[in-house]
Amino acid sequence: MKLSILKVLSALLLILPLLACTEARPLADDPAVEVRLRHLSHELRCLVCQNQTLADSNAPLAQDLRQEVRELIVKGLNDQEITDYLVVRYGDFVRYRPAVNAQTLLLWIGPALLLAIGFGSLWWTLRRRNSLLADIDNNDQEEKEEEA
Amino acid sequence: MRPYLRYLLPLAIFLVLVGFFAAGLKLNPREVPSPLIDKPAPAFDLPLLSDVGKKFSPEQMRGQVWVLNVWASWCGACRDEHPVLMAMSRQGALAIVGLNYKDTNAEAATVLKNSGNPYQFVAVDADGRTGIDYGVYGVPESYIIDKQGIIRYKQIGPMTANVLREKIMPLVKGLQ
Repeated sequence: MKLSILKVLSALLLILPLLACTEARPLADDPAVEVRLRHLSHELRCLVCQNQTLADSNAPLAQDLRQEVRELIVKGLNDQEITDYLVVRYGDFVRYRPAVNAQTLLLWIGPALLLAIGFGSLWWTLRRRNSLLADIDNNDQEEKEEEA
Repeated sequence: MRPYLRYLLPLAIFLVLVGFFAAGLKLNPREVPSPLIDKPAPAFDLPLLSDVGKKFSPEQMRGQVWVLNVWASWCGACRDEHPVLMAMSRQGALAIVGLNYKDTNAEAATVLKNSGNPYQFVAVDADGRTGIDYGVYGVPESYIIDKQGIIRYKQIGPMTANVLREKIMPLVKGLQ
């Protein structure tokens, strides 16, 4: 009996966080608008909880911005125009996926660049080591020949 | 490769990284630079807190250097900032206009009645729409706007006596 109460309590404990952090629920009016809103809000950043998208965030500003985006969709703006609308106000940071431009180029190609440098130095080191080994072999041979 | 270079090169790379991290630690990730700097202040036409029949629009401030201070009665940091705004308004170097953000008029008016009103005008942005146009994402925020209506500076978070002395006053002097 005691055990089952404990089980129920721990089950409740497990459920609690789920209750607290449900994904912000969009208000469904027009399903097509809501689908676009959901898609767009995954591409936009909430500026209050900066590591969350607009879709994930329950912050009041995120709710306002979702409402704003919803109205822009109804007005007939396309995704690009809506993103631009927010970038003009909040800056590039509002894009959850950084745009590729001169400022973010290093961010995008940096990892590939580092990988290339890594492979380059590996190749260079191996080649050098091979030629050193070849030298040692040659020297050994010469020494042996001299001894003989 | 010269033998000493083999030890110095990693050390140099390490020092460069330390430099980057040290600079990164000093940055405040909450401060997102505003794209509105050096752009015209977005227009709005909002009711006044003191008299909802009348309206305020930034056009009215043409020819003056002024500060648009976004605040709310529910915002704790705004209370910290309030004495600085009072000092600013006593100095009278520039006009302060409040944008009361997502607040109720009764509560906003109570705050001003109890702790003093540093504002020349307070415009009411009840639904936060104008806030979105200004890229407000956390109150308090303040915009210094020049005589031509161009935003010159944005203070994110409360203005302190230090910020006022070091940044805002020199800037305003240059704009006057």
